Amino acid sequence: MTEQTGPLVELRDVKVHFPIKSGLLFDRTIGYVYAVDGVSLSIRKGETYGLVGESGCGKSTLGRGLLRLVEPTEGEIVFDGTDVRSLKGEAMRHARRRMQMIFQDPLSSLDPRQSVESLLVEGLKAHGLAGDKAETNRRLRETLEAVGLPASALSKYPHEFSGGQRQRIGIARALVLNPDLIVADEPVSALDVSIQAQVLNLLEDLQNERGLTYLIIAHDLAVVRHIADTVGVMYLGGLVEEASSDDLYREPMHPYTRALMSAVPVPDPVVEDRRERILLAGDLPSPTNPPSGCRFHTRCPWAQPTRCAEERPALRDVVGGHRVACHFAEDIAAGRIRPHEVEVELVRPAEGTGPLDPPGELIPTP
Amino acid sequence: MSLLDVRDLSVVFQRRGERPFTAVDKVSFTVEPGQTVGLVGESGCGKSVTSLAIMGLLPKRGNKVGGEVLFDGTDLLKLRPNDMRDRRGREISMIFQDPLSSLNPVIPIGVQVAEVLERHQGRDRKQALREARDLLDAVGIPDPQRRLSEYPHQISGGMRQRALIAIALACKPRLLIADEPTTALDVTIQAQILTLLKQLVDDTGTALVMITHDLGVVAGLCDTVNVLYGGKVVERARRHELFAHARHPYTHGLLNSVPRLDSPRGERLHAIRGSVSDNIPWTEGCAFAPRCDNVVDACLEGPPPLEPTATGGDLRCNNPVSEEVTVR
Repeated sequence: MTEQTGPLVELRDVKVHFPIKSGLLFDRTIGYVYAVDGVSLSIRKGETYGLVGESGCGKSTLGRGLLRLVEPTEGEIVFDGTDVRSLKGEAMRHARRRMQMIFQDPLSSLDPRQSVESLLVEGLKAHGLAGDKAETNRRLRETLEAVGLPASALSKYPHEFSGGQRQRIGIARALVLNPDLIVADEPVSALDVSIQAQVLNLLEDLQNERGLTYLIIAHDLAVVRHIADTVGVMYLGGLVEEASSDDLYREPMHPYTRALMSAVPVPDPVVEDRRERILLAGDLPSPTNPPSGCRFHTRCPWAQPTRCAEERPALRDVVGGHRVACHFAEDIAAGRIRPHEVEVELVRPAEGTGPLDPPGELIPTP
Repeated sequence: MSLLDVRDLSVVFQRRGERPFTAVDKVSFTVEPGQTVGLVGESGCGKSVTSLAIMGLLPKRGNKVGGEVLFDGTDLLKLRPNDMRDRRGREISMIFQDPLSSLNPVIPIGVQVAEVLERHQGRDRKQALREARDLLDAVGIPDPQRRLSEYPHQISGGMRQRALIAIALACKPRLLIADEPTTALDVTIQAQILTLLKQLVDDTGTALVMITHDLGVVAGLCDTVNVLYGGKVVERARRHELFAHARHPYTHGLLNSVPRLDSPRGERLHAIRGSVSDNIPWTEGCAFAPRCDNVVDACLEGPPPLEPTATGGDLRCNNPVSEEVTVR
């Protein structure tokens, strides 16, 4: 398929906030977890969009919000011209045929009491596509072949397969409905290293054969770099940087992306020995009470005494499609601002609203 | 003399009515004082069982441990439980993968750190808590005085792993075994913990056995690397040697199958075919043979021996990848 360019999916200022309830009789809302807080992005037809970030940054919630597996609080989700959020009941259910999901843990996302055949047929039935028996059978076999499983797998149960094969079943289940978009949430992170490559290659082959569009959500930057055309980096519910995979990895511009990339170990001692690490101080702040201004300013080695703590930077085009949410992206890239030490701040695991942490003391650049 | 000399360590799990399963099959390796040694392999290769056997932490029933684990000349496997308990936490310590399940949820962190000092160094609670505070400070936990009275659920995952490291290093052990210490953590936190471990090992001269599946972690940290497959060491080399010229087809395949941050995009990954469960017992041949691209007839006739290589490593393979071939 080469009629690319037009966006298949467009997210505009999507927010997903989870209320925190408390109280015995009345469910009083005492705060919100700002899991996704204003994300705009678009995915072209036939493209692979990679979403990276650490745990708690909201990347999975965004993926689920896109399919309305969790209900977004605000924003627009446009899928192939229709606003998904305005669809109700049956209409939404029908729309889901075209947008499927692959989950992280293949064992817990496959019903242990269902045979592979029944797992695959379930979706077809739900969409009224399982009318003709011979046709259904042909479709199942074709799909299994596409994911590299023998037709004999149909009568087996998930526990009879290895981890990699189970993930193939998960992919087959998404694929059998012939979707346009597949959202894959950590598709390889539960697999052994030697199996990850098999599944990544399979995802690439399927895309080439069927012109699929992927949204791949992963914490592993090397995996995302390998498979994605465009990469978006998330931090605390917001997109901090977005660029083509090559641009992003050649020149990460947001301080967080830089730190993230410098932290990924490379299996090459020569590289490891002369590598400079940007160590981030402390942990991810709680999403129930995100820092003011730029969410990253409390841990940012480049943070400046002006603007960073007060003004939330918008994602803006810095050079040729490379979008960065940082007030000082140009200055950092040109080396006009030097990194400095950051005082470690206490961070509590997300639970309740927690005590309010004061915004961090900013150390002026020497 | 080596600090730790593991000789022909075997662990066989035997449950009634089931066939015995050999998880660790005559594994030998040594650790010199101050050295960092890596045990690398995928799930089921026996790396964690090896560490548990060294620490004497395997369950009493249902398994048979053979071979010798010489620590400073004493065979740990022959020690009485009480004598082993005296050494564990004092001379040899361990850090586990999941910091939340290795800390006691109903005891404050300070007490858990102090406990080690009370048990092994005869400190009283007050003195031990004072030292615990300094230990927490040394592993980079902010505001350590306040942390002393807090519970594990109140601090973040990275802080918990730091607390666990503080416990492990409380008595300045001579050997530290870290079993996937960063697998449960995010990359930026992983970088913090690895830097901390490296720095502590350098400062205190503690020898470190690093158990991991992540080749990247090994590349930056270990002096010598042992690659395990199916319960046996298949390749051992110094890290620069291993990563530049992996000789065993498994190691080679593993290095080629991981996507790298610094490799050009768009290249297809060279996957190792089959899965970890597709192996044959070592008694019948090389366990990796069913997945191997270099397989020859000899591979299915009996287990290949572990033989020294020209570059000072060891290799268990009939038809290794040529020395000229570099990874990638």
